[in-house]
Amino acid sequence: MSAGVPAVAAVRPGRRQRTSLLGFVSVRVAITAIAVLWTVPTAGLLVSSFRSNADIRATGWWEALLHPFELTTWTLTNYGQVLAADGLAGAFVNSLVVTIPATAIPITMAAFAAYAFAWMRFPGRSLLFALIVALLVVPLQMSLVPVLRMFTATDLNGTFLGIWLAHTGFGLPLAVYLLYNYISQLPGELMESASIDGASHFAIFRRIVVPLSVPALASFAIFQFLWVWNDLLIALVYLGTDSTVAVLPARLRELVGTKGESWHLLTAAAFVTMVVPFAVFLLLQRYFVRGLIAGSVKG
Amino acid sequence: MTTAPLTRRPDPVGALVRVAPLAAALVGLWLIVLGLDVLRDPLGADRVWASLYDVLGQSATADAIRERGLDAVQAKLTTLVVGVVVGVGGIWLVYVGLNAVADLLPRRLAGAVRPWLFVGPAAAMVAVFLVVPAIVTIWSSLSAEGGIAETYGALAEDPEMWVAVRNNVLWLVLGTGGSVGIGLLIATLVDRVKREALAKTFIFLPLAISMAGAAVIWRFVYAWVPESEPQIGILNAIWTALGNEPVAWLQAPPLNTFALIVIMVWLQTGFAMVVLSAALKGVPNEIIEAARIDGATERQLFFAVIVPMIKGTILAVATTIAIAILKVFDIVYVTTGGKFETEVLANRMFTELFTFRNFERASAIAVVLFLAVTPIIAINVRDLRRRRVGP
Repeated sequence: MSAGVPAVAAVRPGRRQRTSLLGFVSVRVAITAIAVLWTVPTAGLLVSSFRSNADIRATGWWEALLHPFELTTWTLTNYGQVLAADGLAGAFVNSLVVTIPATAIPITMAAFAAYAFAWMRFPGRSLLFALIVALLVVPLQMSLVPVLRMFTATDLNGTFLGIWLAHTGFGLPLAVYLLYNYISQLPGELMESASIDGASHFAIFRRIVVPLSVPALASFAIFQFLWVWNDLLIALVYLGTDSTVAVLPARLRELVGTKGESWHLLTAAAFVTMVVPFAVFLLLQRYFVRGLIAGSVKG
Repeated sequence: MTTAPLTRRPDPVGALVRVAPLAAALVGLWLIVLGLDVLRDPLGADRVWASLYDVLGQSATADAIRERGLDAVQAKLTTLVVGVVVGVGGIWLVYVGLNAVADLLPRRLAGAVRPWLFVGPAAAMVAVFLVVPAIVTIWSSLSAEGGIAETYGALAEDPEMWVAVRNNVLWLVLGTGGSVGIGLLIATLVDRVKREALAKTFIFLPLAISMAGAAVIWRFVYAWVPESEPQIGILNAIWTALGNEPVAWLQAPPLNTFALIVIMVWLQTGFAMVVLSAALKGVPNEIIEAARIDGATERQLFFAVIVPMIKGTILAVATTIAIAILKVFDIVYVTTGGKFETEVLANRMFTELFTFRNFERASAIAVVLFLAVTPIIAINVRDLRRRRVGP
């Protein structure tokens, strides 16, 4: 790179003709610095989760990073203890049992509804859609007490069925909104020609709309999965902290309460709660980002 | 938009074609009823396996399960599978079936009924879990013993409530401003370099972390130990290295509320960055060029050209984050539990609900939260109309 200007300009011509080499370098440095700053808290957690309690108390985790190859300082016993003795393994299973149906059920319902809003005409359509969009911002807290009463009356409190239903109800507005945005943008000619060929709405939905909407379905699935997996409030209210049903965030919060200074356990436990979201997120980042943008870019 | 549903089938096969989906509907309905029965029964999973073995002719194994019960994990995974099969398969079959029933109706009537089959289940769920409860909450906060004055008057006399309101305002202003401001800064910086993905991923990653997890991460960052011992929290390590005494960041008001807001900013900045990045990419190069030719400085270019062009997106991002922040609960609940003057409305409501079992008061706090977002709801719906989004 003889001079910064042409090299940079080649990246995307026009936009940054005035950026000097110095400017370019300082921008990179700034970005890297922010990225490091954003990663340090999580890194501290991850590093500490592999250190013994004595080590954590004796030196800061950053000092352990200075000698990464002294393998004797690293240990997996923290994970062994939180998974078995502290019940995180059970909570992990509970989280899976809560999250998978609570993601699959709303997608099914929302896809049908989004199709109807986009491609069927019926009285009250605009009003109903506006209502659902308005519900996107109504605080969940408005529903907590009445739904709790309803669940108590129907013996659904503390059951997986109850929390699936709650998450389905709470997640539907966003699901309908996101899927509508996508499905309504599908080319109308497709539906028309299928309709002329004698396909029913149901056939169009199943054979054309669902296959074409996979990216949007995936986006919402990731949203809902992360939201349900990470949720603490709804889990505490409708499922509780009993070890037979408690999910990971609820169990983690219990540990904070009972073992607040046992950092070797807390760090390992916190990381156990994050493994699945990280994996989902890193593998499916593209769909997630697409969904975020579709949900909030406004002209 | 296409309109009337047009189902016209050749006749001879028609009858059979119509009976099959009807059967599917009945199967779906049966599946749902059976599934709900199994799911509501604490021993449902055991019953499923026992009947399975009975069907396979291994009644000895079936009896063993009935007697001793399943292993806990197997029982839970069974619940999971039943949930997905019923929740997706059952619902799908019901749609198939109801659709077939609609086909049997005269065409006009079918056209009128069918949209409601598609929208109905979702609308019913939303009504049961959001609309009706919201109305009930408002109603019960108004009609509580002693009436409005009593409920809300008591709320207004509670000093903790005012701490919560003050903190919610702080959260709203600093949390939203911080996330959007830093997100916009990073998006602008990233827009200037070619390879951006990796740095962005690192800033974005906290978005996948639960607030409870983030609370633990940051409790460790803010960890405090007496001066005589080595500091294990990175913030106090830096702070003491600069020659200061260690600070209990989470216990000392008003510092602790700011420390908690930092957690939210850390979580939400990635979201703002990604969406604003996409908006920046949409600003046409010609406009930037034209501004430069006209002699605009970089600063003028940013504030007078770029920011106004992406104003809509900035507003949308700010709204989304503001709503999330208003309802913030987990961070406060897990770090301080609302002690040391860090209370917020959502945590207050949870305390009223579960510690004091005061449902009227909890409802009243929910209504306060709701009133705080009503302007946003109005703006959203008006905006939707203006952009002609939605049917």
